[in-house]
Amino acid sequence: MSASEDRLKDLLVRALAGDAPAYHAFLQELSAHLRAFLRGRLSRLPDEVEDLVQETLLAVHNQRHTYDAGQPLTAWIHAIARYKLVDLLRRRAGRDALNDPLDDEIEVFAASDTAADDARRDLAKLLERLPDRQRLPIIHMKLQGLSVIEAARMTGMSEAAIKVGVHRGLKALAAMIRDER
Amino acid sequence: MKTDELITMLASGANAVEPHALRRRYALALGWGAFGTTLLMTILLGVRPDLAAAAQLPMFWVKLAFPAALAAGALLATVRLSRPGVRLGRVPAAMAAPVLAVWLLAAVVLLGAAPAERPQLVYGDTWVYCPIIIAALSVPLFGALLWAMKGLAPTRLVLAGASAGLLAGAGGALIYALHCTEITAPFLGIWYVLGMSIPAAVGAAIGPWVLRW
Repeated sequence: MSASEDRLKDLLVRALAGDAPAYHAFLQELSAHLRAFLRGRLSRLPDEVEDLVQETLLAVHNQRHTYDAGQPLTAWIHAIARYKLVDLLRRRAGRDALNDPLDDEIEVFAASDTAADDARRDLAKLLERLPDRQRLPIIHMKLQGLSVIEAARMTGMSEAAIKVGVHRGLKALAAMIRDER
Repeated sequence: MKTDELITMLASGANAVEPHALRRRYALALGWGAFGTTLLMTILLGVRPDLAAAAQLPMFWVKLAFPAALAAGALLATVRLSRPGVRLGRVPAAMAAPVLAVWLLAAVVLLGAAPAERPQLVYGDTWVYCPIIIAALSVPLFGALLWAMKGLAPTRLVLAGASAGLLAGAGGALIYALHCTEITAPFLGIWYVLGMSIPAAVGAAIGPWVLRW
């Protein structure tokens, strides 16, 4: 396997064990690979690339419990990216052609692109539409970096409710993205 | 929100993920689903009164082993289809094997029987309701399995739905076999297979709609 695969897999395995800095590094590097991969496949829809990078990152995050360390990371990432790509293309079916998304999974980490365009969809705006029990935990914990205990104190919610709120809120965010197009 | 901000948001305070989330989810779904299916069968039909006597017959065990083997294959397929990028490999062959074995047995039985006996071997007394009851009994299991799968990440939604449906159907058939008095291989090979195929077909149809993420 490639050096990228080994390094990324190591980062993800540490991230799944609770290492947040490793997770940050993983997502950072992954986003560049996803951008290059999706740019190659969405050459007719360049404006959609950054939105889809974000949607795929959110999907990777929400579904990260389905990664099995015995499995090649390339296959897992490729299947998620392809799923989100096909989903996008199906929603726009008829209007745009695709450049064969059914390709070899080895290619996901083949290229890297750190030059992000601006996303057209603003996730911060979507976040505002979430109910308070999901929005407040995400704002306090994920955006302001408070701990669960601090977030619980700020909002008057229980610690369990904070954790559930973050988890469900990010899933609801993914569902909003999926349904808005 | 820029992508870098999203990454920071996702990584911030991200804690450890439960390592056996998938296994736990399916154990829960199978437990509650089997409970629901068993309860439904007990309320609606009840276990056949001569169960102890029936257990003396080898065909009774074939009737249990057939859906059990199919359920094992379907469980394997369902679990694999719940993780992105995991291939099915030889699982479809393992699922086809028990069906082919029962069909082979059915062919042997039918060829060995006198022509006048054949309709009884095929239709038994209950062919009209058998598939419908198996499909109905599979409902609790089916619902629980779709719940489990929905919280994971199937990427081939038609196959994933069909596989969950087949697993539920095989579970329903396994429980129903404790009530049903039909005992011929042709009956199993046609009506049991049909009964298990109903939830599988429903799963294939609703998978892309129910299992999306």
